[in-house]
Amino acid sequence: MKKLPIELTINGRAHELLVSPKETLLNVLRERFHLTGAKYGCGIGECGACTVLLDGLPVLSCQLLAVMCNGKKVVTIEGLSPQEAAAHPMQDSFVEEGAVQCGFCTPGMVISATALVEEKSEPTTEDIKVALRGNLCRCTGYENIIRAVKTGARKMKEV
Amino acid sequence: MKIPSGKVFRNDAYAKVTGKAKYSDDLKFFNMAHAVPVYSDYIHAENLQVDTGAAEKSAGVLKVITAADVPGSIRFGQIDQDYCMFAEKKIMCAGDVVALVVAEQRSQALSAAEKVVISADPLPVVSDPEAALSPESPIVREIENSNLMNHHKMRRGDAPQELKNCDIVLQEEFSTQFIEHAYMEPESAVCVPRQDGVMEVYGSMQHPFSTRRFVGALLGEPLSHIEVYQPPTGGGFGGKDDTAAIVCARAALAARLLNRPVKLTYTREWSIRESYKRHPYRLNYKVGIEKSGRVKAVQVRMISDGGPYLSVSPWVNWRSTAQCFGPYTVDNVHADVLCVATNNPVTGAMRGFGAPQVNFAVEQISDIAAERLGISPLEYRRINMVKQDGETVTGQVLDTHTVSMEQVMDRVAGEIAYEEKLGRCSRGTSEGDELYGVGLSISYRGSSLGAEGMDFCSSVINCQFDGSILLETGIHENGQGAESVMLMLLAEQLGVRLDRIKYKRSSTSNVPDGGTTVATRGTIMGGGAVTAAVQKLKQLMADNLYDVLQCRPEEVRFADDHVLGPDSDSKITWDEAMQHLFLKRVYPYAFGSFQAPDVSWDEETGQGDAYFTYVYSCQAVELTVNKSTGKIKLQNVVAAHDIGRAVNRAMVLGQMYGGITQGIGMALSEDLEIENGKFAHLDLNHYKIPKARELPEMTGIIVENPDPQSPSKAKGIGEPALELIAPAIANAVYNATGIRYRDMPLKVNPEDLK
Repeated sequence: MKKLPIELTINGRAHELLVSPKETLLNVLRERFHLTGAKYGCGIGECGACTVLLDGLPVLSCQLLAVMCNGKKVVTIEGLSPQEAAAHPMQDSFVEEGAVQCGFCTPGMVISATALVEEKSEPTTEDIKVALRGNLCRCTGYENIIRAVKTGARKMKEV
Repeated sequence: MKIPSGKVFRNDAYAKVTGKAKYSDDLKFFNMAHAVPVYSDYIHAENLQVDTGAAEKSAGVLKVITAADVPGSIRFGQIDQDYCMFAEKKIMCAGDVVALVVAEQRSQALSAAEKVVISADPLPVVSDPEAALSPESPIVREIENSNLMNHHKMRRGDAPQELKNCDIVLQEEFSTQFIEHAYMEPESAVCVPRQDGVMEVYGSMQHPFSTRRFVGALLGEPLSHIEVYQPPTGGGFGGKDDTAAIVCARAALAARLLNRPVKLTYTREWSIRESYKRHPYRLNYKVGIEKSGRVKAVQVRMISDGGPYLSVSPWVNWRSTAQCFGPYTVDNVHADVLCVATNNPVTGAMRGFGAPQVNFAVEQISDIAAERLGISPLEYRRINMVKQDGETVTGQVLDTHTVSMEQVMDRVAGEIAYEEKLGRCSRGTSEGDELYGVGLSISYRGSSLGAEGMDFCSSVINCQFDGSILLETGIHENGQGAESVMLMLLAEQLGVRLDRIKYKRSSTSNVPDGGTTVATRGTIMGGGAVTAAVQKLKQLMADNLYDVLQCRPEEVRFADDHVLGPDSDSKITWDEAMQHLFLKRVYPYAFGSFQAPDVSWDEETGQGDAYFTYVYSCQAVELTVNKSTGKIKLQNVVAAHDIGRAVNRAMVLGQMYGGITQGIGMALSEDLEIENGKFAHLDLNHYKIPKARELPEMTGIIVENPDPQSPSKAKGIGEPALELIAPAIANAVYNATGIRYRDMPLKVNPEDLK
C-alpha cells in the first residue's frame, strides 16, 4: 500500500513521516514515537483511553487516521505539562485526590479534564460528568476523579 | 510514621498520571515478534481439523502454533487440570483458541490468522444449566459422566421439617446474569527467552505465581525456569487469573519455540470472547418465619452456570454456601449449591465471588419478609442479624472480633434518614412523572480465602547501609494500591520516613508465593506478613543496638526516624543505626510470614469456622423511576463498611465507590447477551459499564473496629463494596413502584406501572 507523507507536531516538536492510509493516530504515537501514555482499550471509541489533544481539542486517537492529522498539533499525556520537570496542575490534582487506581484510563481522563477546564475555568459537577462521558473507568466510580477535576481547575487558575 | 490524614499516598500515581507507567503492551524488546489467537465459529464440536498451510505461507509469518506443538500439558487449571489452552480434538465454547499465529508484524499475524482453515463436526450445544442436569442431556465434559461439576451442601438442624411449623413461609426465586469484568486494559503478555534458559514473562495479570504455574504447565518446564514480572495491571477484579495466565503461557510457548521475544496483546473483542465471567445463578428460597419475626428455617437451591471448564467454580460456590442466607443467624438450614457444565462462556472468579448473587436474593427476601410481618425492614434485620458471640449459619461463634452488623446498619440508616424516607416512597403512585423509592441492604463477608484454600503470605524487609529500605510481599498490585498500603504499614510500624522505602519490583523469583491477590486478602494477609517481618527486624535491631543506647534490648523503641532507648536522651538516627549494624556485620534483613488463623469445614453438613474474621457492610440508595419510560435514576448512595482499620483512607473510599459502581452496573445495565453459547456482541458499546453521568452522589463511611485477628488490625474493602448495592436498588425500585423485580439486570417495563 502506498504510504503518504504527513507533517505532525507532537508535544511541541515537528515531525515529517510516511504513514499508510489506514494507520491510526494511536498507532503512530505508540509504535513510532513510543508515546505509550495513550492506551488501546476498546478500539471503537467507546472507552476514551486513547484520548489526546489535537489542535487543543480532545480526540479519540484510535478512531482518527493519521493522514487526517496532517499539519496539526498533537499533545499527549507525556507532553501535557509545559515544563519538562514538573507535572501539569491537573496531573498533580489526580494524584492528590486519589483519583488513580489501575491507572489505565488516567491519561485519557486527565486529557479530557484539562481540555474541559481550558474551555470552562470553573466547571460544575454536571459539566465534568458531561466532559467525561467518553471516558470509562472501571475502578474508581469516578467520585475521586470528579473531585480531582475541580481541584485541578482551581490550580490551573492559580498558574 | 503516619501519613497526615486526608492525604493519599500511592507509589505509582505520578507514573500513571504522566503516562510514564509502562503496562505490558507498552513494552518493546529487540527482535520482538507478534502473536495473535485464532478462534473457530463453532461452540461445541468434535473431530477438529486445523489447516495452517496457507497461513504459514502468508507474508511475515514465523510459525502457526497448534495443540500439536505443545511440549507440556495442553490442559491446566487451578483445581481440575481441564482448562484447554489450545483446542485439541474438540471445541467446547466460543472462546476456545485453536491456533496462535506468530509473525514479524502484528498486522501480518492478523491477516494470516484469517487464512487458518478450521473444520469440525458440530455437536448439540448445552446452554441451559437446569436442562443440562437431566439424564437426557449431552455430556459436556468427557472426563465426567454427568454435567454436575460441583455440589456444596449445608445441613443444619432440620429445615424441611421446621418449615412445616412456621407461621409464614416465603417462596421466592431470583436470577442473575453473566457479568464481564471489563477491566480497562485487555490482556497482554510479552515473553523474553533469557540466555540462562529462563523464560521472562511480563504480563497483565492479577497473580504472577498463578501465571507461572500455567506457563510451566504449557512449556513442560519447572517453576524455577520461569520468571514472571508484573508490570502495572490495568484492572483485574478477579478476572485476570486463568485467562490472563493462559495468554502469558501462549506467548511464552511462542517465545520458546522461536527463541525470540514475543508479544501477545488482546483486542477488546478477544478479551470478551475468551475471558471467564461471573457465574449466572438461579436461586430458589423457602424461608420459614415465626410471628415474632425470627427466621426459623431456610431451604435453598442455587444452580450456577460453570461453562465447560471448572476454573475456580467450586470455591465460588463454596462462598455462596457458607454465606447462603446473608448475615443472619438461622438454626435450620438446608442448602444445595450446584455448578453445572455447559457450552456457555467459562465462568470463574469475579470480585464478590459468589456473594453478590446470594445477597441479591437474601436482601430482597428481608424486605419481603418485613412487609409480610408488618414490621420495619430494619427491625426484621435487627432481629435476625448475627450478633456479638452469636452463631453464623455454619455454626461459627463470632467471638474473636467486634461484630458490628448493627452499628454499620444504624450508621447508614441514620445518614440517609432511611426510616423517615421509607414513609415517603411512592409505591406505584405519585403526582408527577417520577416515582420515588429508598432501599437498603446489609451483608457480612468472610475475609480472605477461608476454608476454601491455603492461606499464608510472606514479606521481606531488606535495609540498606545508607538508610534506605527495600520491601516486598507476596501480594500484588492490581491497581487497588496494595504496594502503597504495605509501604505505609512498614513506615508506620518501623517509625521511619516513608520516602526511605521502595517497593521491590515484583518477581516470582524473589519472595515466596504468597497466594493469589484475591478474596479481599491483600491488606489483611500482606499487612500481616509485613507486621511479622517488622517484629523480627525490630528484635534483631534491639539485640544489636541496646548497648549503643545504653539500655536493655526490650527497652529499645522505634519512632520519628530514630532508634531510641527508654528516654529521649539516648537515641540514634535511623542512618546511624544502619551504620552500627553493618559495622557489626549484622544484616538488617527480615523475612516474616503470616498464616491465617485456623478455619474448618465439614463437606457433608456445611458446618465449621468458615472464615477467621468478617467485614460488616450496609448500603442504601435513593432513586426515582420514570412512569412513562421506566428509567431508573439513582440519586444518592450511602455505604458503610467495618474494615477494622483504614490504612490509606482516600484509597479505601475510592475502592468503595468503585465497588458500588460495579454493583450498580450489575443491577441496571450490564448484560452479556449469550444465546446458545454465542455472544451477541463483543464490545463495550453493547456491554454497558456505568459512566460518570449515570452515577449518583455517593457517601462512604469507614467504620473502624480494629480486628485482633489481623496483625495490622486492618481487613479489606475490595469485595464488600460491590456485593450488596444490587438488592438495595431492587428494594428501592419496589418501594418506588410497588413491583418486585427478581431478575438482574433490573428492567422496569412502563406498561407494568399503569
